[in-house]
Amino acid sequence: MVLKVSDLAVSRGGVLVLEGLNFTLKRGNALILRGPNGSGKTTLLRTLAGLQPAVAGRIEAEQDDIAFATHSDGLKPTLTVRENLTFWAHIFGSNHIDEAVDVFALQSLLNRSAGALSAGQKRRLGLARLMISGRPLWILDEPTVSLDKESVARFAETVKLHLSKGGAALLATHIDLGFEADVFDVSPFKAKPTDLPFLDEVML
Amino acid sequence: MIALLDRDIKLAIRAGGGFGLGLAFFLIVVVLVPFSVGPKSDLLAIIAPGILWLGALLACLLSLDRIFALDYEDGSLDLLATSPLPMEAIVSIKALAHFLTTAVPLVLATPLFGVMLNLQAEGFVWVMISLAVGTPALSVIGTFGAALTVGLKRGGLLLSILVLPLYVPTLIFGAEVARRGTLGMDIQTPLLMLAGITFATIALLPFASAAVIRINLR
Repeated sequence: MVLKVSDLAVSRGGVLVLEGLNFTLKRGNALILRGPNGSGKTTLLRTLAGLQPAVAGRIEAEQDDIAFATHSDGLKPTLTVRENLTFWAHIFGSNHIDEAVDVFALQSLLNRSAGALSAGQKRRLGLARLMISGRPLWILDEPTVSLDKESVARFAETVKLHLSKGGAALLATHIDLGFEADVFDVSPFKAKPTDLPFLDEVML
Repeated sequence: MIALLDRDIKLAIRAGGGFGLGLAFFLIVVVLVPFSVGPKSDLLAIIAPGILWLGALLACLLSLDRIFALDYEDGSLDLLATSPLPMEAIVSIKALAHFLTTAVPLVLATPLFGVMLNLQAEGFVWVMISLAVGTPALSVIGTFGAALTVGLKRGGLLLSILVLPLYVPTLIFGAEVARRGTLGMDIQTPLLMLAGITFATIALLPFASAAVIRINLR
């Protein structure tokens, strides 16, 4: 088990968005979050990634296990693809970018500057960073935005490979990735739209 | 950590990185002051240490909002926050990168700019020493200000207003070292104060900067 969430409540901008969340994620499994826009999927993922504190409940996970991918890819346009990847490899204490480059078909782009890439190519580069991190639990927020069909398939293969190696993935996505995964719909856990009683405590 | 420093320096030097920004601003100040003061070389010689300090300080201020803003916008600050690096290390490296790409060129350019302001021969060494000792504090304090305003649209004005009062002690003691050194007086007290401020900010402010970044990322 890499992630266990019990009775979790999360807030965005001082307003409670989701409460009473309970789920677990085991090694080798993927969990897909569903829910309409604004239902708090991103807030939940950011809370799980440790970027903001939970309002209530428990998150049982090793922070060092989590690799987080946001809407934006965190790329520097003036650095080349290779420099971007190497940078993140060093940050995560590894030197190997070759496997990720192969999987996401970035060989021919290695010496291009990241600013010259198309949206889908940038996305592939951003996802390649996940493989490089070498961390078991992937938390992915809309990973397939701006990917074409072929790249989505390649991405799904990558997630499957990751799962088969004992990793786990938590994804917020609306498309069918074509692999076995539990689906968790967040909409029943929507919090009543009341302001939190101790706003200052929540903000600090 | 070295990878982050290496990346930040590369980004600063490449096109659009703002490496020359501070230096160009410093040059403009130094070139324009003699025109506005008038052709009195003895008066220029008196005010030269203070003008050099003021120019360097404002040039440092100019590039502060770049420290975190770009990383925040493209999402890499989120990713760095979830990386194995502690936030204290990230902000310290950011401050160091700012110091290396902004303050060090200013310190190295001072002898050249001193000539334009008719700085006396004894002054060159002391202006450079005082800037070298004082500018790390400017970078560290500025990083704190940038951390406070990260995520604010057009936060540059607020950043300047927050940071300028904190720059005053460094300016007072730094310019005093330069002035006394130029006049051949004893510089020990202001130099110790200046070094004290620098070391205190380096020791304490990274923790404050890291804390406000964590709050601003929520």
